[in-house]
Amino acid sequence: MNGVRERLASRAGTSTAVVIAVLWTTPTLGLLLSSFRPEEEIKTTGWWTVLGTPNLTLDNYGEVLSGGGNGSGRLAEHFVNSVVITVPSVLFPLVLAFFAAYALAWIDFKGRDALVVGVFALQVVPLQMALVPLLRLFSQGWLFLPAWHLTGPARFGQIWFAHTAFALPFAVFLLHNFLAALPRDLIEAARVDGASHGTLLLRIVLPLARPALAGFAVIQFIWVWNDLLVALTLSGGTAETAPMTVRLASLAGTYGNEWQRLTAGAFVAALGPLLVLFLLRRHFARGLLAGSVKG
Amino acid sequence: MSFDAVAQQPKLLYLLQGVAAFAAVVSLVLLALHRGPVRRRAAALILLAPALALLTIGLLLPGLRTLALSFTDNGGDAWVGLDNYVWMFTDHRALVALRNTVAWVVLVPLTSTAVGLLYAAAVARSRFRTFALSLVLTPMAISFVGAGVVWKFVYAYRPAEAGQVGLLNQLVVAIGGEPRQWLVDPPWNVLFLVVAMVWTQTGFAAVLLAGAIRAVPAELTEAARLDGASPGQVLRRITVPSIRPTLLVVLLAQAVATFKAFDIVKTMTGGQFDTGVLAHEMYDQAFRYGETGRGAALAVLLFLLVTPFVAHQVRARRRTG
Repeated sequence: MNGVRERLASRAGTSTAVVIAVLWTTPTLGLLLSSFRPEEEIKTTGWWTVLGTPNLTLDNYGEVLSGGGNGSGRLAEHFVNSVVITVPSVLFPLVLAFFAAYALAWIDFKGRDALVVGVFALQVVPLQMALVPLLRLFSQGWLFLPAWHLTGPARFGQIWFAHTAFALPFAVFLLHNFLAALPRDLIEAARVDGASHGTLLLRIVLPLARPALAGFAVIQFIWVWNDLLVALTLSGGTAETAPMTVRLASLAGTYGNEWQRLTAGAFVAALGPLLVLFLLRRHFARGLLAGSVKG
Repeated sequence: MSFDAVAQQPKLLYLLQGVAAFAAVVSLVLLALHRGPVRRRAAALILLAPALALLTIGLLLPGLRTLALSFTDNGGDAWVGLDNYVWMFTDHRALVALRNTVAWVVLVPLTSTAVGLLYAAAVARSRFRTFALSLVLTPMAISFVGAGVVWKFVYAYRPAEAGQVGLLNQLVVAIGGEPRQWLVDPPWNVLFLVVAMVWTQTGFAAVLLAGAIRAVPAELTEAARLDGASPGQVLRRITVPSIRPTLLVVLLAQAVATFKAFDIVKTMTGGQFDTGVLAHEMYDQAFRYGETGRGAALAVLLFLLVTPFVAHQVRARRRTG
């Protein structure tokens, strides 16, 4: 009796999972299959017909990467931009937040608690709130800060700046939660042995914090690579500095018949995060879990 | 125009310069920390200074400036009092965006967390857990823009006499219905955008909840099963209460993400046909129409709406952490 019921139960669970998995995968699969179909066929027949009469080509990828007649593809260039934007935008907040989190977790000084609360509280500020003044700061200067007057590749600098500043509150929060939970004895013992903060930071805390750092790096990579808002407002939108998301969004915005470019483009743009997610999936989960549940 | 690798060199050079400059700053910090016995206060200041400077210039001051801008006209010069806020609660477009935002923030977290929970509970202890979770996590990697493209394709419309290329209309035609332009008719088109957003968020919920479910002692659910509880009862009475803190964190995080999201609207409809949300309307006002004051007021509203959710989340995380 119990055996039968258990088998039924697990079957109910399995079929729920299968239904959800199929619903969640089919839209992507359709787009992926389409991206390999000739332009004419994408626009006239559904992707499911490919199962009967497979007629596949790499033309869409070629076109979207190196550009058709009116420069409407050129995703390869934007791919480089995405890389140039993402690498520093992950590295900078990671290192700075690690420094800050260490100081807040393991150095006793007056006003520390207030500072912790203050930095955590900045998570509340949505980046929408900072964009207009930032744009003005970069172009005209503001208060005591001079204008940056950035042109050409130097525009990447302002994107790095924005992503780094926006990421810091959450990064400090995440890393602080992790660092503060490290065994007190370990740190104290090293202090008693005469280790300076520099030694402690690099030799003891850094190796221990690796899971949290990797977790944040993965999340931040996905967030920056996929970002559209900062890129739209601060990159200037040109092929010189705009990342792939901007290009793809503008392709999607042109009403009508860009399916052959959109389908291939969507997958080129997803290449970075997919690679990172599948290679570092464990770190991703751990990073998300750090500070929410012990996992 | 083909891809010209040489033309990319200045960018890569700039990247190298940027990283080198940053490495110099980091070296300075570490050097200062190593030189002699640094006092506690000084050490803390050296480590905190770069982050605090960035936070002040990049987030704190701009936030305050936006608050001030929300009381000025479009050029940011003349003081207009509460005009922008009055506009926000009287203008049709702004009100529609407000209504849609409420719908999004109620529907997206609840649906994606519920589906994520069902999925996580089903696969958490299975041999294919890693693979199964990767499947629902993929939409997150594809990005909001990518998700917008994926779902625009699902909703694609062709007249009845032409062959359908969108999956949804194909299904409608297959059961004998008329193909529809799903994204055009308010208010239902909002729901079709919500579906796309839910699709991207479910994987996030499933991964977190699967982690929490695995931390629930297996004996607990086994015992309930032996006592004759159905899988639904086990989920409701044992699993959900055991993972309540994580469930709360997931719901709050989803709500915060939903408030700020604008990419899906931007990609799929551009806010046309009454599909705008606050975050998208803010972008349009500030950056497309040059209505800085209105954009700032919408940003302030977003800030006010997000605050309780973030505060709650920080507290919930610290409690469970």
